[in-house]
Amino acid sequence: MSLPFLLEIGTEEIPDWMIRNALEDLRAQFVKLGIAHESVRVDATPRRLVLRGSGLPERQADSVERVQGPSKSAPAQAVEGFARKQGVTQGDLAVETTPKGEYYVFHKRVAGRAIKDIMAAALPGIVLGIYFPKTMYWVKGGPRFIRPIRWIVALLGEETVPFELGGVRSGNLSSGHRRLGAREVVVTCADFEERLRDHCVILSADERRQRILSGLSGAKVDAALLETLVYLTEYPTAIEGTFDPAFLELPAEVLVTVMRSHQRYFSVEDAEGNLLPQFVAVMNIGADPEGFVRRGNERVLRARFADARFFWDSDQKKKLADRRADLGSVTFQAKLGSYRDKAKRMKVLVKELGGKASAVRAADLCKCDLTTEVVKEFTELQGVVGGLYARAQGEKADVWQAIYDHYKPVSMEDSIPRNKAGRLVALADKLDTLRGCFRVGLIPTGSKDPFALRRAAQGVVKILVEGKMELPLLTLLEGNAELIEFFEDRVRTYFKDVRGFRYDEVNAAMAAGWSNLVDLESRLVRIQALRESPDFEPLAASFKRIRNILEQAKFEGATGFREDLLEEEPEKELYSEYLSIAGQPIENVISVLRPKVDLFFDKVLVNAPNQEVRQNRLKLLFELRREFSKVADFSEIVTTS
Amino acid sequence: MQSFQEIIFKLKQYWAERGCIIQEPYDVEVGAGTMCPETFLRVLGPAPYRVAYVQPSRRPADGRYGDNPNRLFKHSQFQVILKPSPDDIIELYLGSLEAIGIDLKQHDIKFEEDNWEAPTLGAWGVGWQVMLDGLEISQFTYFQQCGGMDLDLVPAELTYGLERLTAFLQFRDSVYDIEWAKGVTYGDVRYRDELQYSVYNFEVADIKTLWKLFDLHEGEAARLLKAYDPKSPEKKRFPLLPTYDHVLKCSNLFNTLDARGAISVTERVGVIQRVRKMAVGVAQAWVNQTQEVAE
Repeated sequence: MSLPFLLEIGTEEIPDWMIRNALEDLRAQFVKLGIAHESVRVDATPRRLVLRGSGLPERQADSVERVQGPSKSAPAQAVEGFARKQGVTQGDLAVETTPKGEYYVFHKRVAGRAIKDIMAAALPGIVLGIYFPKTMYWVKGGPRFIRPIRWIVALLGEETVPFELGGVRSGNLSSGHRRLGAREVVVTCADFEERLRDHCVILSADERRQRILSGLSGAKVDAALLETLVYLTEYPTAIEGTFDPAFLELPAEVLVTVMRSHQRYFSVEDAEGNLLPQFVAVMNIGADPEGFVRRGNERVLRARFADARFFWDSDQKKKLADRRADLGSVTFQAKLGSYRDKAKRMKVLVKELGGKASAVRAADLCKCDLTTEVVKEFTELQGVVGGLYARAQGEKADVWQAIYDHYKPVSMEDSIPRNKAGRLVALADKLDTLRGCFRVGLIPTGSKDPFALRRAAQGVVKILVEGKMELPLLTLLEGNAELIEFFEDRVRTYFKDVRGFRYDEVNAAMAAGWSNLVDLESRLVRIQALRESPDFEPLAASFKRIRNILEQAKFEGATGFREDLLEEEPEKELYSEYLSIAGQPIENVISVLRPKVDLFFDKVLVNAPNQEVRQNRLKLLFELRREFSKVADFSEIVTTS
Repeated sequence: MQSFQEIIFKLKQYWAERGCIIQEPYDVEVGAGTMCPETFLRVLGPAPYRVAYVQPSRRPADGRYGDNPNRLFKHSQFQVILKPSPDDIIELYLGSLEAIGIDLKQHDIKFEEDNWEAPTLGAWGVGWQVMLDGLEISQFTYFQQCGGMDLDLVPAELTYGLERLTAFLQFRDSVYDIEWAKGVTYGDVRYRDELQYSVYNFEVADIKTLWKLFDLHEGEAARLLKAYDPKSPEKKRFPLLPTYDHVLKCSNLFNTLDARGAISVTERVGVIQRVRKMAVGVAQAWVNQTQEVAE
């Protein structure tokens, strides 16, 4: 018989951002249980995690267990005792030949366990095994979960799978929407989703997403906000509201941040991308016939905007330049001083990087917005607010834009600062943080990276490459071995994962140097193109051979080369070829070089008995490798043949 | 329209009917209702407890001279502690909103993750901010630790921001315009507090004097804590509650000094540690003292 299965863990409101991972965890644990099933799906709202399966068997298949008894030559009493212990008579036993001789055995039939029993034993562990970033207890000594568990539905076919968690017994009672549904709702596997719908709970996240989207009409769809609202509601409905157009005097950045991050509203723009005095909120009920919810949200937004305007206006009373001294009381990091100290270091660094007056000015002012009321209130606007204030206070475009952009890129997908001054200030900011933290031992380990140093280093790499800035990265890292190693990983990750170069290409190119990332990028592009050549892989294989020979001979390149010691024709040919093509780009010579190298290895024994001849051949190979490893160390290429 | 004080009456009535002792505000200045002994000390130990009270809460740095329509130096929290938390705690909470006239079928309620932590009290918990039509009206917290100790009975703490809740229910854009009692506005009652404390906290408070007071209160608390003997047969007489008052004084002085801009960032961490050490000391002694009394 094939049965449906339903598990619903009813809880108090789970943080929206944890729900999807929790569901995947629940699914994986269920599958790991190894019970046959046709399909399994998981769903959730803030108050329930649901797993539904179909086509489960009622029982496991029966099996046969072989129990070995006494030897055939054992006394009759022993044989009788064995049979009695198995609950049978001697006639039910068989005799089997084993490597040790003939023995009595009993083939015991073991009935398959009921799936219900297996589930009842396993489900508590599965539920409590779901990973959440932060858990709580609600009864001392009781289970830990993300929030208190208030009900559990566990049904296999028509029957309850009985178990208990934290004092809650499983059954067939679910619960509806907090205000629009009944507290207790009887469900079956078949009618579960419909019964929830009757009680104003939409189980499917897709359906909730569609409900929200259908109400968005002109609003800007912010994907992250949409997901938050999908998992913050059981019965979402979008409603539109408006605000006083006078608030549009405030920068759009501030208004959108208030709406999106603080109020979870979608902002609305016209066709040209100008902000309109409207918003869309998503409520967790079906309708707002009296307009209470709309008016309430409008009033809250008005107060929020009034706050923002109050902060904006009071910030204007003190110019950014006059806030520099105040940065002395804002700690950057205990061992690395204040933001005043940091800004001073950044100014020096920007000059070292070749920054002109506007970049130096931006470095001087860029942290001053940390003392403004708007940034204290909306920390995510740091930099942006400084840029806006600088513009309002008459700073030149490249200065205010540099301040505005200097936290960029905030992710691998984000763009780099729009102008050169901004790139220099962003580099100086990140390099200063990285150097300082590594100097005082604040080095990321495993998943711990409280100062987001990985992101800072990725940002440096991205700016240098995409900003085409030919700066000597290794020099900028001040010879700090740990920091250099840290950066090596970031550079590799960037070219491999973000830019899609193959790992052996990245290894080969980096082995020929990676201090100038713009140069590294152009060499990678060349290697990628070279790879198309039929001569590439064979030549790479030869270079690997050269490397091995030199390593085995521990050859350091010390001896001088003597042309008169060349004996055989292939080595003479290789040498003259080397002389004629040295200094040319590898692309131009690969097709003539490869046959000469092949021929050399075919005909010439490097390890000649004569010591001088041998050293001379090693020297030839050494020089050849050095000459053609300027683009990449081709011996790092993984060849298919 | 319900006045500010009528909303308070209704909340007190509602929670009294659900087994809460109704306390009056604590008479030492605090930054939040959580810091009152009725919460901070009562959540410790194995004895169940239910209490509700209004607590005027002082946040010196939030003062705005009475100019800002939404920010106050001193706001009124309605604080409820249910220890242990009953299974239907959220239903009870929603019932309290209906008791003050909010029809929850016509309004939007959301529970958004918001975990709470008070480093100076060695306390933390998990919970939500409760949003009513986009307005944060309550904090809801399941305490997990207090005074650095796991709690025997997990309490639920509910905190209502009374001014903003009332402004919402009375359709007022400024807290100063809400009706405290018929014909009397919030501004009539509290504007002078806001103005004068802002002037004092930001401009006039004498930094040296405040530091001296801090040291004196800290010294007295430390002297008392040192004198507490967990083995003494007389220990239940020991004045832990007065000791805790000195800790609260230190906490408020710290907040005032901070608003005054007198605490550098490097000092800050150290001062928080000093207050925390005292608070944790009192909490641990309190648990020890109640244990003995129970026997």
